[in-house]
Amino acid sequence: MNSGHENAVPGRGVAGSFESCDALVVVTLPLPLPGGGASASGGVSLHLESPSLAVCGERMRRVALETLRALDVNDADVAISDRGALDCTLAARVETAVRRARASAEVNRP
Amino acid sequence: MPLNGVGRDVPDRIPGYGDARPFSADGIAETPLREAPETESGAETRGRSVAKVVPLERSLDLLDLRDGMTISFHHHLRDGDLVVSMVLDALARRGLRGLTLAPTALFPVHESILAHVRAGVVAGIQGSVNGPVGRAASDGLFDGPVVLRSHGGRARAAASGELPVDVAFIAAPTADPEGNLSGLSGPSACGSLGYAHTDARYARQVVALTDTLVPYPLPRASIDQSCVDLVVPVERLGIPERIVSGTLAVTKDPLRLLIAERTARVLDACGVIAPGMSFQAGAGGISLAATAAVRERMRERKIRGSFASGGITGDLVAMHEEGLFDALLDVQSFDTEAVRSLSRNPGHREMSAAMYACPSSRGCVVDRLDAAILGATQVDVDFNVNVNTESDGVLLHGIGGHMDTAAGAGVTVIVTPLLRGRLPMVVDRVLTVTTPGSTVDVIVTERGVAVNPARADLAEALRKARLPLRDIGDLRDDAYALTGEPEAPRFGDRIIGVVEYRDGTVIDVIRNVV
Amino acid sequence: MTTTLRRSSLYVPGNNPSMLINAGIYGADVLVFDLEDAVPFAEKDAARILLRNALSAVRYASAEVVVRINSLSTPFGREDLDVIVPQRPDTIRIPKCETARDVTDVDRAVGELEAASGIERGSIRFMPIIETALGAWNVMEIATACPRVTALNFGAEDYTADIGAIRTKDGTELADLRARMLLAARVAGVQALDSVYSDVADDDGLYEESRRARILGFDGKSVIHPRQIPVVHRAFTPSEKEIAAALRVERGLAEGKRMGVGVVVVDGKMVDAPVLKRARKVLELARAAGALPKEEESSCR
Repeated sequence: MNSGHENAVPGRGVAGSFESCDALVVVTLPLPLPGGGASASGGVSLHLESPSLAVCGERMRRVALETLRALDVNDADVAISDRGALDCTLAARVETAVRRARASAEVNRP
Repeated sequence: MPLNGVGRDVPDRIPGYGDARPFSADGIAETPLREAPETESGAETRGRSVAKVVPLERSLDLLDLRDGMTISFHHHLRDGDLVVSMVLDALARRGLRGLTLAPTALFPVHESILAHVRAGVVAGIQGSVNGPVGRAASDGLFDGPVVLRSHGGRARAAASGELPVDVAFIAAPTADPEGNLSGLSGPSACGSLGYAHTDARYARQVVALTDTLVPYPLPRASIDQSCVDLVVPVERLGIPERIVSGTLAVTKDPLRLLIAERTARVLDACGVIAPGMSFQAGAGGISLAATAAVRERMRERKIRGSFASGGITGDLVAMHEEGLFDALLDVQSFDTEAVRSLSRNPGHREMSAAMYACPSSRGCVVDRLDAAILGATQVDVDFNVNVNTESDGVLLHGIGGHMDTAAGAGVTVIVTPLLRGRLPMVVDRVLTVTTPGSTVDVIVTERGVAVNPARADLAEALRKARLPLRDIGDLRDDAYALTGEPEAPRFGDRIIGVVEYRDGTVIDVIRNVV
Repeated sequence: MTTTLRRSSLYVPGNNPSMLINAGIYGADVLVFDLEDAVPFAEKDAARILLRNALSAVRYASAEVVVRINSLSTPFGREDLDVIVPQRPDTIRIPKCETARDVTDVDRAVGELEAASGIERGSIRFMPIIETALGAWNVMEIATACPRVTALNFGAEDYTADIGAIRTKDGTELADLRARMLLAARVAGVQALDSVYSDVADDDGLYEESRRARILGFDGKSVIHPRQIPVVHRAFTPSEKEIAAALRVERGLAEGKRMGVGVVVVDGKMVDAPVLKRARKVLELARAAGALPKEEESSCR
């Protein structure tokens, strides 16, 4: 389904699944540079793929971005493969992926 | 722009369609029957100087074929059909152009049509489209609109001359040399040929294609030789495993089972489950499970019903054989068990689309239905049902008998989950009105049952039976609370589909998706 | 509410979005959102966050919302409470309770979180689960460990494995635990809920086991599939016959009082205190379950 070994990539967190009503979210955070500081800020890049893109795309994008903002994520690559997740599910998967990404970045701090 | 009887903007004149009679909520528009309903053959075989059995190419020599003609096909071979492609390829080789296709329905297998459209061989479609062809229509592939009709509406249009068919190509799983046709046997057996009857009767020229030619006479024929001009033997009509399914599996999804069980309770509370009952259900997962739940109740109370109709499944055959229904009226046989039963059970009989659902016929079966269980891709707070377009506005489904059975049945129940993924199924306003809310009585979802306010009698009965009644607006609110209000798809201003009500008035139009 | 209706407690896996969202539609009296056994270790974090969001987004109508947390002795239990308590679940189901301390530890943590989230202290209730020999031995101190305890449960699989019993279909090996737990529950004035019946396809077996649990005095049963709910309800809801008999007892007694008769006989039996007590319990349960005939609903309030 997801995840364990994929999470092992430093700075990357994966959450969710391809089951119906779920979403698979991959968050990649910039790794801290040796000697402190993060790599140059590229902002948030969000890639969204969903069967209901035409009618729910805007809203899903908003939910994902709000979740990232609430977690103080200003710099990340976020890829969402949606399978019909409601807002509450999507937000949960994004949050989990961010937390996992942070944990893996932490472990791999130089 | 005037609003029609369900509040939709339908122009008086639609490019590529012509004058549109607006749907009226007040009742069925009259269609005069044609004076001479059965036509004389237009093919050169008239007068019988030529043997009927000819190869495909030769049949095309004999037919009166011209650019811009209308040709028809039936869809009993469903997604296993090879005939549409075979015939179109042959017509294309002869350089014919601008043809109108009038299939009773098209399936994903018919995606090959799109190449003929791009090449100019096919100009337009009058008939149900499922899948890729619908998507292409939504993308604006055709110059004019696809004209969508119900099974009853199509039979009416053919009979009235509104849909003049120049050549009907009829896939016949078994045929004899004079053109007696049957779907009961042969490698491409499909059971009933119900949708082909109308074309056999009204088309100017009728060609049967068969992969099983048997000696004259074929004793039990669905369509008889008096209608058929030519018989074309071919190697293969279809791919058997895609024509009829094996046993259709009843869903195990607890949510769908809940809706199904609730639907049976609704029918029970409405007094439908009673001796002499008549009933029709779709072949969707919930409908099949609802049929199983109705069956349990009939068994428990030893109820003997009158008939079940429409698309016939193995489950209905079993109900017939255990004495729960005296008769099965079969316009389309869904599975192998239904095909076999049609030969075996005298109480299981084939019916034509006209007998099934034609509103201008002298009496159709849907009018005798006590109850119909139907699906939906969207329902709105006025009880209007959309079965044509998906939530993103793309034309993906035909009408089938939806609006016919809804109009005819005593109690029409729509079954649908309230949500599909993150899409609400009960909405403010359906994207396309297929079946008017005035013909829909009850909506059953997992989060409650809504009754059309016009049916206070049913509401009272359901309340007494302690069914979870909800206002339809509350169901919509429940859905929106979880999904948010859906964004409207971005439609263009080209009309790519005309949805005709069964009486030939225009109930809605479908625009291209940008 | 005099009788909290807990005929069925539906376990809902905490990391399954579709099941979380639809849990409320099947009519279970209690929903048990599971962060423990139904969630693999690698997904504990995901389930906790998903459940938190679902609890704040989805209304579960009249069902009691229960969350089964991981034991505080695992690395997950404390965080489960931190994330879930602010969502005000009605009840926390505490796994692997062996001593009163297993309950009071959770009480302390929940109390702090209630205070921090502006929830009235003590409003979240507990359902301890007995799943070991030690827990069974200490069931009385667990039942009375804290006023939050509202019902006792047991986990049949873990318990039988722990005591070295053989699992049977008729549950001989659980007889002692059931009896013991029921007594403790009654002494503590809380409910007793029966364990799950794991053969989802066997409605008859489920009904039989539920019926026997009710005969023993149990108030309900946990279920693992929605299809089990109506079967369990049938077993734990008083039948029409039971209700009619109970109504006759009540009416007979009222009649007797009015006539000034000391001894009332109904259905050939003298109505004494236990007969009346049983009748009242049947009627209370029937009313809570909405099974009372309409005309009786007001009269026996």
